[in-house]
Amino acid sequence: MTVEAKPEGPSPLQALRRRRRPSVISIIGILFVALFVLVLLRNFIADPEQFINISLIGLTTGAVYALVALGYTLVYGILQLINFAHGDVFALSGLVAYSIAINVLNLTADTAAIALIGGLALTMLLTGAFASSLNATIEFLAYRRLRNQPRLTMLITAVGMSFIVQNVALYFYGVGFYSAADLIPSTSAFTIGEISIAWNKLTVVLVTIPVLFILTWLVKSTKQGKAMRATAQDQDAAAMMGINVNRTISFTFLLAGALAGAAGLLFLLLFNMRYDTGFELGLIAFTAAVLGGIGNLAGATLGGILIGLIQAWNEGLTHWTAGGSWTRSIVFGILIAILVFRPEGLLGERTPEGA
Amino acid sequence: MATEGTAPVGFRDRLRGFRHELGREWRRLPPRARSLIPGIALLALAALYPVYYDSLPTSVPVIQNFPSVSTAVIMIVFIMMAVGLNIVVGYCGLLDLGYVAFYAVGAYTAGWLASGHFQQVKLHLGSAGISTELRGIHINLWIVLLLAGCLTALAGILIGLPTLRLRGDYLAIVTLGFGEIIPQFVRNADDIGGFNLTAGSFGINPIDTPGFGTGLNEALGLPVNFQQSFDRINLFYWSALALLMITIFCSVQLRDSRLGRAWIAIREDETAAAAMGVPLMRTKTWSYAIGAFFGGVAGAFYASFKGGAFPSEFYFNISVFLLCMVILGGMGSVWGVVVAGAILTWLNQEGLANIGGWVNRETPLRFDVTEVQFGLYGIIIVLMMLFRPVGLIPEGRRKRELEQGGLPTDTLYGERHE
Repeated sequence: MTVEAKPEGPSPLQALRRRRRPSVISIIGILFVALFVLVLLRNFIADPEQFINISLIGLTTGAVYALVALGYTLVYGILQLINFAHGDVFALSGLVAYSIAINVLNLTADTAAIALIGGLALTMLLTGAFASSLNATIEFLAYRRLRNQPRLTMLITAVGMSFIVQNVALYFYGVGFYSAADLIPSTSAFTIGEISIAWNKLTVVLVTIPVLFILTWLVKSTKQGKAMRATAQDQDAAAMMGINVNRTISFTFLLAGALAGAAGLLFLLLFNMRYDTGFELGLIAFTAAVLGGIGNLAGATLGGILIGLIQAWNEGLTHWTAGGSWTRSIVFGILIAILVFRPEGLLGERTPEGA
Repeated sequence: MATEGTAPVGFRDRLRGFRHELGREWRRLPPRARSLIPGIALLALAALYPVYYDSLPTSVPVIQNFPSVSTAVIMIVFIMMAVGLNIVVGYCGLLDLGYVAFYAVGAYTAGWLASGHFQQVKLHLGSAGISTELRGIHINLWIVLLLAGCLTALAGILIGLPTLRLRGDYLAIVTLGFGEIIPQFVRNADDIGGFNLTAGSFGINPIDTPGFGTGLNEALGLPVNFQQSFDRINLFYWSALALLMITIFCSVQLRDSRLGRAWIAIREDETAAAAMGVPLMRTKTWSYAIGAFFGGVAGAFYASFKGGAFPSEFYFNISVFLLCMVILGGMGSVWGVVVAGAILTWLNQEGLANIGGWVNRETPLRFDVTEVQFGLYGIIIVLMMLFRPVGLIPEGRRKRELEQGGLPTDTLYGERHE
């Protein structure tokens, strides 16, 4: 769902901005990228196996980021709203997934493979339903009546919503960490030379890819997806063409929520999570969405995977990297750099409002 | 029976007469005095707080205690920061979600310039009541406050330059990013090529306290150094109050200045402001720098009050907490922000725990409010945005607009959502 150029002429603001982007900035940007490639090459030459293994880890994490980033990008595409609460919906649904899988369905590492797969599929379905309805409820209660208000109002409301959801999670789940990382064994699924991929990481990738295809199909080929794209372009015109704008926006939030729910379960299968995991992961995922070009589905996926890779490289590679304690700074550094050097993102188109 | 029936009426009549009399006297005063007297009375009430604090009743219903003087200091510091943030969010309409970064820069400036952190050097500049034998940089804290403000303003400009040309919501996320980077930076910067800049997660402590030195002590009786005084907390309270007065004064004066009107023009409609010749980047950067200045001063003062700058204090919640004050008070309304800041900080420091304790004791409810207090702030933000977006005490300008039915409410604060 690409946000296409609004049909207005260039504003005086934009004229100002255009002049203020000298070529020096693009040279600095290219230097940054060159440095980045240099670090990667240095590591690849030193130890190719390690490099590939670490990249596979990054790919897995990136897949989860991509799912969350898609939620941001869908909502941004249709409402131009940074839905701060999205990350917290992700975290809360991850915790709910824990309750469903471990407490209700009693899944353990010893459960038979078929039962385990069935149980996890059921968990994903229920978590997705929970997260969808939560996300749509938030939109219905808080964002809907602010739709004609200035943007800042809705944005601040989203920050408030994020805190509410986070504290609901805190109230019900406390400050402890939850993980279901032992459900799927981390033994190698297959090995090529010294390169190996573990079962749990493979599962994440195997779940993410069909989800992405279904999403693309939904947005590109169904009537509802067409309505979404139309609403994203122009709400009033879409309404005049007989599209139920409220229902379309609710549907977008349902879809974004389902993605957050799926991501919540997958994250739970890989890492520890607790009530405030969603805050930082949400920021990372938003960065991914901006990196790829906000409002652009393929961009969000690409951005998520790139951020996952960068994080893994930074934490895992040995030569010329900053190390895990700087990951957050690096991710936000990328965000700031992208907004300065290429605000429309890697795959995005430049809009008149221009970012 | 008859006398009992008439007595309250007579009393009420007399009261009404008295009020009438008082009202007439009040209207007879010159308008300037009329506008000044409540302010002066309130200021006197605030300034004398440490004096009459001990005679205030304890075990009051619901709130249990009045805020202690040290809580009052923290309240004033947070009000200062909220007033600073109000310049950015309220006047200029730029959503800043990383204001805590400025607080951190201010606190660490105090840590660098007024403590024994840099053992390599020995530099004393007007240091009051501190042995000149001590190593490290010891600059008089009053100067440090000013320096911290300037350095933070510089940081604000550096953050602002690449980001202020972005649209509002991108700005929010970038400021949020900076708010996250700076704490991580101070936590990791204890070993930059072997150089210890921030002492890592231990933080820099102790930080010197303000003082006036022996010269002024002999001449005017001002305290040599707060740390060595018996009523240390009261001294901090009074100096915080003085700083707050300066902040509020500057904030009000700025709002009515040429620059302030440009800010409000940008807030109302950026495109129209640019078309009328308001230089957008420069004006926005000024609001950012000035907002940061007050955050830095407040941060440095708070660090001195607490005796240290610790990285664990600079987290996102503080930024939202400050934003909550601005929203609750009314964006752009200085007095609203002061009141909301006082209430919220008090709730955060003592109030919620006290009220929660009272509720648990006196009613059958069992609920720990302090655990989910940030959820409570979230609810405040959402409810305010939904039902009263102008805040508790709306800015006069907005109120007039609403009363005269001039602009519809939804064109304020940035461009209209399409």
